Amino acid sequence: MNSLPSHVEIQLDGQPQRVPEGVTVAAALYIVGTGITRISVSGERRAAFCGMGICQECRVLINGQRRLACQTLCVEGMAVQTAAMAGA
Amino acid sequence: MTLDADVIVIGAGIVGSACAHELARAGLDVLVLDDRRGGATAAGMGHLVVMDDNPAELALSRHSLGVWRQWADAMAADCAWHPCGTLWLAANDEEMAAAHDKQERLRAHEVACDLIDAQTLQALEPALRPGLCGALHVPGDSVVYAPNAARWLLAHYPKQIRVQHAEVLEIEGARVRLAGNSWLDAGAVLLANGVHATQLCPELPIRPKKGHLLITDRYPGQVRHQLVELGYVTSAHHSTGPSVAFNLQPRPTGQLLIGSSRQFDDSSPEVDADMLAQMLERALGYMPALADLNAIRCWTGLRAATPDSLPLLGPHPQRPGLWLAVGHEGLGVTTAPASAQLLAAQITGRRAELDPAPYLPQRFGMAA
Repeated sequence: MNSLPSHVEIQLDGQPQRVPEGVTVAAALYIVGTGITRISVSGERRAAFCGMGICQECRVLINGQRRLACQTLCVEGMAVQTAAMAGA
Repeated sequence: MTLDADVIVIGAGIVGSACAHELARAGLDVLVLDDRRGGATAAGMGHLVVMDDNPAELALSRHSLGVWRQWADAMAADCAWHPCGTLWLAANDEEMAAAHDKQERLRAHEVACDLIDAQTLQALEPALRPGLCGALHVPGDSVVYAPNAARWLLAHYPKQIRVQHAEVLEIEGARVRLAGNSWLDAGAVLLANGVHATQLCPELPIRPKKGHLLITDRYPGQVRHQLVELGYVTSAHHSTGPSVAFNLQPRPTGQLLIGSSRQFDDSSPEVDADMLAQMLERALGYMPALADLNAIRCWTGLRAATPDSLPLLGPHPQRPGLWLAVGHEGLGVTTAPASAQLLAAQITGRRAELDPAPYLPQRFGMAA
């Protein structure tokens, strides 16, 4: 019998969140919240769109670096900050 | 016969739009036809820069910058006008001497500019690598988002300028045949569709010169001026083979637009990975911190290059009724205003402020 799926804990906008092991940061954002990644120049909320690293809509800060949420797998202890570029 | 317009302008890029605007200002009824393929207006940087490779280029760009500055206050916000000035970077003593010569030439034509030393340059743009010799600062240069500037120009005279989405298949005198085989008649036809011009006029001496650009995510405050290496003048601009030069523009959003590359005989739209890598290596040589920034897009565009790097502005030497405003290479956005004034003056039989002679198409003969 299979064991329950294992989880990892990430820090999402400063809050600890448990998400299934092996999911992308973009998936994690949808699992635990709205999926919003960033705020556009015109002030609109944006979320992962293409899911394959092309559209650049899912840019977030991961461990202080700007990364694509859809191209990054969640790992234990990872710090993810969304809407990082709001007002920039 | 009823005419469909006084002038039909083919191409709604920055040059066609500026021409339509100027012709309407002169009282003419203008029909602008564009097939929405897009061209250098949408692909380029939108750097408004006084260039001085030769007196004719200096006259055209300097006069145009004056018009752009007049437009600036009235321009729509989405034109993203940004008077950031240009810093021409000198990496060695030879380029510092070139900066000095450039200062003399520009000042002789009343273009404000100042040589700055290495220390001042480092203070102005701390992200540049240490060890550069200095720069020539041209504060009157600026940047604009050209596609919106073109739309802004076309919207000025709604009773006199009509814009139609249409593909022109043939020009015959002052008539054009559209896809679907309908004909439109005008008093004159003005061809202003940049690199696509040779499809309608194969005799024009225009070759595509491919360029790459890359844009980063938003990093506000990292760069304040448009930065161009003086090697751009001494090497890239005059070479015939593929070349790259450091050219970086801070967008008002904080994004950084990074160029530049030049390739002849490749009119494919694909990004050439080797060329892009060379271009970015060049950029990193001037600003190592770029390596840590995220790029979000890269693309290519085609400049419409003539043999002497000056545009073709004036009547087609062998085809009565047809006028040309093409071949602006990388300077179409900068020089659209003066190009439009020259064309409008010639078409309406008025005297232009600039001498039209250096830009007349007849300098190339052009027997088809």
